Amino acid sequence: MKKRILIRFKKNTIDKPIVYRLAKDYDLIFNILRAHVYPKAESIMVLEIEGEEENFERGMEYLKSKNLQIEPIEQDITRDENKCVHCGICTSVCATEALFIDRMKKMRVGFDYEKCVACELCVKVCPVKAMNVYFD
Amino acid sequence: MKSIDEINEKIKSGKVVVVTAEEMVELVKEKGVKMASEIVDVVTTGTFGPMCSTGMFINLGHSSPRIKIGGGKCFLNEVPAYTGLAAVDIYIGATALPEEDPRNSVYPGSFKYGGGHVIEDFVAGKNIKLLAYAYGTDCYPRRKIETYINRENVNEAYLYNPRNCYQNYNVAVNLSSRILYTYMGILKPNLQNANYCSAGQLSPLLKDPNFRTIGIGTRIFLGGGIGFVAWQGTQHNPNVPRTESGIPRMPAGTLAVIGDAKKMNPRYLRGASFVGYGATIFVGVGVPIPVLDEEVAYYASRGDDELLAQVVDYGNDYPENVKRSLCEVTYAQLKSGTIKVNGKEVPCYPISSYSMAVEIAETLKEWIKSGLFYLTNPVESLPKAGSNLKICALEDGRIDPM
Repeated sequence: MKKRILIRFKKNTIDKPIVYRLAKDYDLIFNILRAHVYPKAESIMVLEIEGEEENFERGMEYLKSKNLQIEPIEQDITRDENKCVHCGICTSVCATEALFIDRMKKMRVGFDYEKCVACELCVKVCPVKAMNVYFD
Repeated sequence: MKSIDEINEKIKSGKVVVVTAEEMVELVKEKGVKMASEIVDVVTTGTFGPMCSTGMFINLGHSSPRIKIGGGKCFLNEVPAYTGLAAVDIYIGATALPEEDPRNSVYPGSFKYGGGHVIEDFVAGKNIKLLAYAYGTDCYPRRKIETYINRENVNEAYLYNPRNCYQNYNVAVNLSSRILYTYMGILKPNLQNANYCSAGQLSPLLKDPNFRTIGIGTRIFLGGGIGFVAWQGTQHNPNVPRTESGIPRMPAGTLAVIGDAKKMNPRYLRGASFVGYGATIFVGVGVPIPVLDEEVAYYASRGDDELLAQVVDYGNDYPENVKRSLCEVTYAQLKSGTIKVNGKEVPCYPISSYSMAVEIAETLKEWIKSGLFYLTNPVESLPKAGSNLKICALEDGRIDPM
């Protein structure tokens, strides 16, 4: 299985090598999609994690035991439906094809959240700023 | 044979038969050109793409004391407007950028707000910050004004777009080994994507390729309101290679259009930022084609499989102005999602919105069916294939023989 999670570090919890532990002790493949880590403020990290379901659960228990807040993320990249003009430019940079041309729907741009890895390229290229990143 | 006057009579009596260009393609496949030309009175087209040669004239009205902004400087939400006109006439172009915009100094620039966004905000009824400086004269003593304008408190506001609605367009690819940020979107190195920009079978000028019905004075859908064809667009070039039946195989005709911005809808005029390239605006244009005879019906019903575009390298050829096509593809191939270029399967992506083009053609259809929109006889034809137009190149280092 593959899941994306957002980890919130409270102050003074950034000193543990948690990513190393996830890989080493729980055999989880990680991909750091985004990280804002500061010593004196609340920090966040977005990870894509792949591995056995059981290992994933144990890994999450480990993170919680380190006083970290874990949130599954599905909709960190959102589309403002009022702004999107369905031009299709975003589909050219979306490596996972989360954004795609829906040929059954008059070439509208479909958005499959499940496939999104929050790389944010669409946010950068969208000419009408319809794509946004949220971490809340 | 039908005349435009007869079609207008049918609109008045509520008996007019209108189909979109997309529907016309299907109808002709089913019933043939002859029968379709008898059934259908009007075919509506549509396109919704980035169109940089777009702008808006505004007459601001006079202040007390008066100011002559003409020859001075003027900013709308910090975006400079052209002032080389009379005292309070200005023009805001879609690609204008605030002086403080970093442009491409941090490459690729993001161009968050430009003239296209000002036009969208204005049409949406928002307040726009006006800042203008003048040199002061006896009759216009004021030197500076800072206030807000909106569509309710200015005199005239009309779009005048020197070039919209390109008849066909290039398919952009990148043969170089670095990523390119272009007006055709991001082009990945070594032929990893192909971007195209035309509504194909819905695109206005591709459905009337010889300008039989579209001419100066033609009433159109422009930005959600009513507009008119004012002139041929800049770089209008009907003398390009055509298919056997006469449809341009590369960018050809263009339209200059005009319309009352106060009555437009921001849904169809959308400020746009092209990363690494600049600010521009998506413009929605729809043109009705009166089905005068079988020939008009024939062209209006050509589908994506018969419409051709040229694949052009934006790594070297386009920037160096080398006129070369790598290959020719159909819009049907482009819409399928992959084309073959130099022996390689290349995924392709649109830049202009087909679904918005459909929406515009449908909207225009409804306007005509409900008697809100009548067709016009062109006042003058646009230059056609065979006319003595030629496209000039800008050669540097020319010497003035005088």
